[in-house]
Amino acid sequence: MTTTDPRPGSTGGADEPGQLHGGPDDDYSPEQLAAMDRTELDRLGARLDGVEILHVEPVAPIGSALDKKNTRLVTLWFALAGLLSLAFVVVFLGSGWFLPSWEWRIESGTWQSLYTPLLGATMGGALIAVGVALVLYVKKLLPHETAVQDKHDGSHFDRVTTGATLMGGLDNSGLPRRKLLVGVLGVMSLAFGAMLVSLLGGFIKNPNKGNPLGTTPWAEGVRLLRDDGTPIRPGDQQPGSLATVFPAVEGGDRAYDAAVMLIRLRPEQIESLVPAAGREDFGVGDYVAYSKVCTHAGCPVSLYEQETSRILCPCHQSQFDVTQGARPVFGPATRSLPQLPISVDEEGYFVARGDFPEPIGPSFWNIGRLN
Amino acid sequence: MATSTVPGPGAPATLVGKAAFEVDDRLIVAGPVRRTLNKVFPDHWSFLLGEIALYSFIMLLLSGTYLTFFYDASMKEIVYEGSYSALRGIEMSAAYESTLDISFDVRGGLFIRQMHHWAALLFVASIVVHLLRIFFTGAYRRPRETNWFIGVGLLVLAMLEGFAGYTLPDDLLSGTGLRIFSAVFLSIPVIGTWVYFTVFGGDFPGELIIGRLYILHVLIIPAVLLALIALHLLILVKQKHTQFPGAGRTEHNVVGNRLFPTFAAKATGLLFIVFGVLAALGGLVQINPIWQMGPYNPSQVSAGSQPDWYIGFVDGGSRIMPPWEIDLWGYHIPPVLWGALGIPGIMFSLLAFYPIIERKLTGDTASHHLLQRPRDVPVRTSLGAMAITAYLVLFISGGNDVVADKFDISLNAMTWAGRIGFLILPPIVYWATYRLCLGLEQHDREVLEHGIETGVIRRLPSGEFIEVHQPLGPVDEHGHGMLAYGGASVPKKMNQVGGARRAIRGFFKPIEEPAAVQREAEQEARGLESEQARRQLTGSGRPSEGGRPSEGGRPSEGGKPQQEPRA
Repeated sequence: MTTTDPRPGSTGGADEPGQLHGGPDDDYSPEQLAAMDRTELDRLGARLDGVEILHVEPVAPIGSALDKKNTRLVTLWFALAGLLSLAFVVVFLGSGWFLPSWEWRIESGTWQSLYTPLLGATMGGALIAVGVALVLYVKKLLPHETAVQDKHDGSHFDRVTTGATLMGGLDNSGLPRRKLLVGVLGVMSLAFGAMLVSLLGGFIKNPNKGNPLGTTPWAEGVRLLRDDGTPIRPGDQQPGSLATVFPAVEGGDRAYDAAVMLIRLRPEQIESLVPAAGREDFGVGDYVAYSKVCTHAGCPVSLYEQETSRILCPCHQSQFDVTQGARPVFGPATRSLPQLPISVDEEGYFVARGDFPEPIGPSFWNIGRLN
Repeated sequence: MATSTVPGPGAPATLVGKAAFEVDDRLIVAGPVRRTLNKVFPDHWSFLLGEIALYSFIMLLLSGTYLTFFYDASMKEIVYEGSYSALRGIEMSAAYESTLDISFDVRGGLFIRQMHHWAALLFVASIVVHLLRIFFTGAYRRPRETNWFIGVGLLVLAMLEGFAGYTLPDDLLSGTGLRIFSAVFLSIPVIGTWVYFTVFGGDFPGELIIGRLYILHVLIIPAVLLALIALHLLILVKQKHTQFPGAGRTEHNVVGNRLFPTFAAKATGLLFIVFGVLAALGGLVQINPIWQMGPYNPSQVSAGSQPDWYIGFVDGGSRIMPPWEIDLWGYHIPPVLWGALGIPGIMFSLLAFYPIIERKLTGDTASHHLLQRPRDVPVRTSLGAMAITAYLVLFISGGNDVVADKFDISLNAMTWAGRIGFLILPPIVYWATYRLCLGLEQHDREVLEHGIETGVIRRLPSGEFIEVHQPLGPVDEHGHGMLAYGGASVPKKMNQVGGARRAIRGFFKPIEEPAAVQREAEQEARGLESEQARRQLTGSGRPSEGGRPSEGGRPSEGGKPQQEPRA
């Protein structure tokens, strides 16, 4: 077989199909096919695809009472879908036009509260009705056909011939012989890959520059403010109460590491007070201040049960005892809540005496090695 | 050209036929289309679970695209002045504000948002149930390990995708979740702080994370999901479906319905039903009412904070982990690592490599296309039940504060129950499941050997009472059934073999007349009931032995006529 047409002026392509054309068209002439009815053709094509129709269970004959009943059922479900779709359009577009506005306000009425549920009911109903109609169609109006299809295992012929083509191509390229070229290609690929990966370097930030994990906005002389921005003086709080306070610096109330719980202990709590070693002077009178950031996973520890002197983190239920230097007494937390050293300034307001003596929040690899 | 003039016989005559001819003349698709239409799909309800996941994903793409037109992935702080008066004047991120606007100021926006959230929950749930079906029936065995691997990857990606989406509204609940996530990054040994600073672009929360999660959520992860789903389906089509053993089903064929029209219509029906259920949930059942949480504020949290269900087990692992922090000369490995990364890491690794582990342990390297009944592989089934138990303990522990609150139990007791339960319940469940599998296997064998219990008690001439058994096939000289177990369900009731009328329909109460069912059974051309009708017509009054249950398992009676002695 030649692939070039030798005639003068030819661009090289022949106008006849190649000899390897083949296929079912050689086995079945148009005349043979024209003589078959539709079922025969369907079965013939299926057989070519490895499919045999084993059994067809017919449905109720057309025009019979059962057929009419089934048709009516499927039609009804489709009709229901249409009606619900229309209802959706009416509710969706009609609101604020000929129906009351859909816009929900805290003070607004029933219609606004029903708007979203109505959308869900109508659209959901319409979609489910279409689905049900289709399933009923298959179950009641389509003949139940059981077919079997052959599963083919891998072909030895295909494996051998494909392997030959691949290995032949590799051999022709000469790569197995050209050792230096392959070596350089390998090194080049590594460098090339490194070039692409190095672009990710733009994401990397150094967590050890300026010790961000070991410091917070608290510093000597920074006042303790409530969330409304007012300073606090001793005696403002009832014994046994807790206030969340923030440092009086720019953005102090939004910093994730700055929130502090200022706790006024009850007299009986003071009796059992066991401050951490070297931190006996961190509090002021019956006041102590601890970081609000849980040392387990960083949630704000919020729930203070003054009866038991325990602070509970609502995320993973770590519990800290405020009379024992906020030591963890239950749950997965391992470190005490860091204590903020506080005192009172000349105007009588609470101030910090410095930053926390240790990093606040969850533990990390080099937490014990920060300066 | 020779082919453009149609040869005489079989030439298309109708308009549609001519159009189809024109298309095929250009694209040559008739062959591939016929092969596709003829593809046979096995017919079993459990094969539709994966489809539910696929349709939920389509719903996620559609509803998610809608939401992107209104959402603003910015952490810029603004003061809310929108229509939800309870939050007016409060500082919040633009992301949270735009989510509020979707909920209150976009017509139908709340509906689409809730539909999207429900679809995400259903997506992960249906993947999990689909995976369990594949696991317990052994469908992952050679040659389908690749697709199992892709499937586990899809599950992990779906969970990450869900978590990213859950975080986008930047409300108090999701912000707390993100804060916990940041602690998980921090807990990684050696590189933890670097990972943390890289992810957030500095210290938590920074100003980048919502924008980064957004592009992950709407482009990168969905693109990977889409590619993996396409690959999953391509491999499925190429390898063809597995099927349960049964009449005419072999390792070398698939028995079921052709794609067109039966399977296509059923699958489309299921798509509409899944969409419909999601739409109904999205409108009727409120989910994630972010306006009740308020904007994220690192110093606030609400009690009873719960993540979406599929993150619950990670949370549970963190909650029941004892406070064990490893301190190596000032270098720390905190317990968060084990609860939040260790347990899921081990779980998903075991899951992903299970086909290889099983192949190594059993030495079974053959290709399998017929599924196994869970009872027939007691070790695998028991391992699966054990894994589910461990997962459920973690999952319940993830909400142990809610359980403690609702049932008035001590919170610390719940934590301890989770710790102890995680260790001792899985082995107990393993043992119980193993015994259950053996019992079920044994009962199958017994029915094959002795026949089905008919409930008919007969008194022998000797005065002994026996229950009549119906053998399922030919019996040997001892009256024992000669059918071997073939891995298929064994009928255990007379109506499953046509020996009695079918069960009357109705879940809570019967929805049809027993008499009508009896009449229907008598009109059928098969089964004992039709015999009954004939007998009644002939009026003999006495059941003859035709079709009457024989006395399997009673060899001494085997040859005798089965007439009761008359008084």
